[in-house]
Amino acid sequence: MEIALELNVIKLHKTFSSPTEGGRIDAIREVSFTVPEGRFVCVIGPSGCGKTTLLRMIAGLESPDRGKVLLGDKEITSPVREIGYIFQEPALLPWRTVIRNVEFGLEVAGVPHEQRRQKALTALELVELRDFRDFYPKEISGGMKQKVALAMALVVEPKVLLMDEPFVSLDCQTRNYMQVALLHLWEKTGKTVIFVTHNVEEAVFLGDEIICFTSRPAEIGKVLKVDIPRPRDRTSTELNAIRKEILLFLAGEREKTRSINGMFTHVRDLSEI
Amino acid sequence: MRYLPVLCVVVIWQVLSFSGIIPGNRLPSPVNIILGFTELLTQGLPPGYTLAGHCIASLKRVLSGVAIAIVTALPLGIAMGYWTRARNYLTPFVEMIRPIPPLAWVPLAILWFGIGDRSSSFIIFLGAFFPILLNTIGGVLSINRRLIESSIILGAKKKALFAKVLLPGAMPSIITGVRIALGIGWMTLVAAEFTGVKSGYGLGYMIMTARDIQRPDQIIAGMAVIGMIGYAMDFGIRKMEHKILRWR
Repeated sequence: MEIALELNVIKLHKTFSSPTEGGRIDAIREVSFTVPEGRFVCVIGPSGCGKTTLLRMIAGLESPDRGKVLLGDKEITSPVREIGYIFQEPALLPWRTVIRNVEFGLEVAGVPHEQRRQKALTALELVELRDFRDFYPKEISGGMKQKVALAMALVVEPKVLLMDEPFVSLDCQTRNYMQVALLHLWEKTGKTVIFVTHNVEEAVFLGDEIICFTSRPAEIGKVLKVDIPRPRDRTSTELNAIRKEILLFLAGEREKTRSINGMFTHVRDLSEI
Repeated sequence: MRYLPVLCVVVIWQVLSFSGIIPGNRLPSPVNIILGFTELLTQGLPPGYTLAGHCIASLKRVLSGVAIAIVTALPLGIAMGYWTRARNYLTPFVEMIRPIPPLAWVPLAILWFGIGDRSSSFIIFLGAFFPILLNTIGGVLSINRRLIESSIILGAKKKALFAKVLLPGAMPSIITGVRIALGIGWMTLVAAEFTGVKSGYGLGYMIMTARDIQRPDQIIAGMAVIGMIGYAMDFGIRKMEHKILRWR
């Protein structure tokens, strides 16, 4: 039995320097949340609010100005194999065939050839791409590429999978199909997933829990539990009720930014007089 | 089919030479050049030193110079592409040494390596080094950051990252660099063989000998041989490129 690994995000804070406003401004302000092992959490928020930055900090790709990320009792300060990452654009090595891409993580860990081929084939089986193992990335579709990226991440057996709007560049039908495929995969593997999206429908269809961020500086504005059993019906009234709640929240956030921007415009006008 | 225009130019040239419009003592006719060429093949210049020997000697110098350039410029280029600090500190050196023509290095080459193959290889190395270096740096910089991050997340340490991500990722650009380097290698050959040739073999050396005895037909034949070897090598690399970069 392995010990359950909670992911703890503790008072994560990130600023960046602003060329227009001068000095440093807050991108993410004191964000804390806990994700129990095996939970599927969606993160949603206005575009440009810092969702990607949050995810990159959890992955150890960027360091926060304050706060920390704990996986179990281990602090994450640089990328680790326990935390997989799926980028918006699938990060496949174009000079490797599908299966050699999947093998990459095992290869750099020194897993012997036979063994890694077997594991890679199993991972490809999981994403139903076994037949495409000898294709180059340029020869397969966008959805397939993202599946290969999933297999690449899964084959090294991470505890947590961070996904940054992975289906955003896919067409609507492929996206729906990929969501279903992802849920299957998640049910089979039991990974903890943090899934960033700006698509409300996607969030309510996928998540156990939806964390809604405010506009900049990003803070947690609302946390919604989605206690609807899967498979979910995208058009059901329960799902729509949650969607509406999120949409209202996001609309409120937009309103807020607009009034703040309005204020700034006003101030700028005054200074010009 | 694609060589038809070349053939036409040669025919027109021959006609102009034959009719006396082009003076033979300045620009020999193609037929005379071919005659000079066969003479180089059979009797050699200086007599006894045949063309094949000149070719092999020059080929050895060019290939060794370019090979040393590859093994030094590649790792340095990858390091300079990956580490911004290395790039910032080393670029001034590179950009100051790069504009110095290989010919200007000849005296130093002789001082350091004496007269012979090592000096000429060094001159060719100097010409070949910078295009490979700059193309490797550019190639590494052109790799999508996401690929590098993703590889690090999947557990790639520096060595694996350099060998399995940066090197193949920069390969298209590196091959372009090597192509340019080989071209420059042949261009600097004559300068390289200015450093002196102990063995008496070398295409550049042969051309200079032809000049000394006033044989423009053999000068041009020698030039044509350099051109054709260069062309053949580039053709070979392009074929290889096609194979290595099948994934593109």
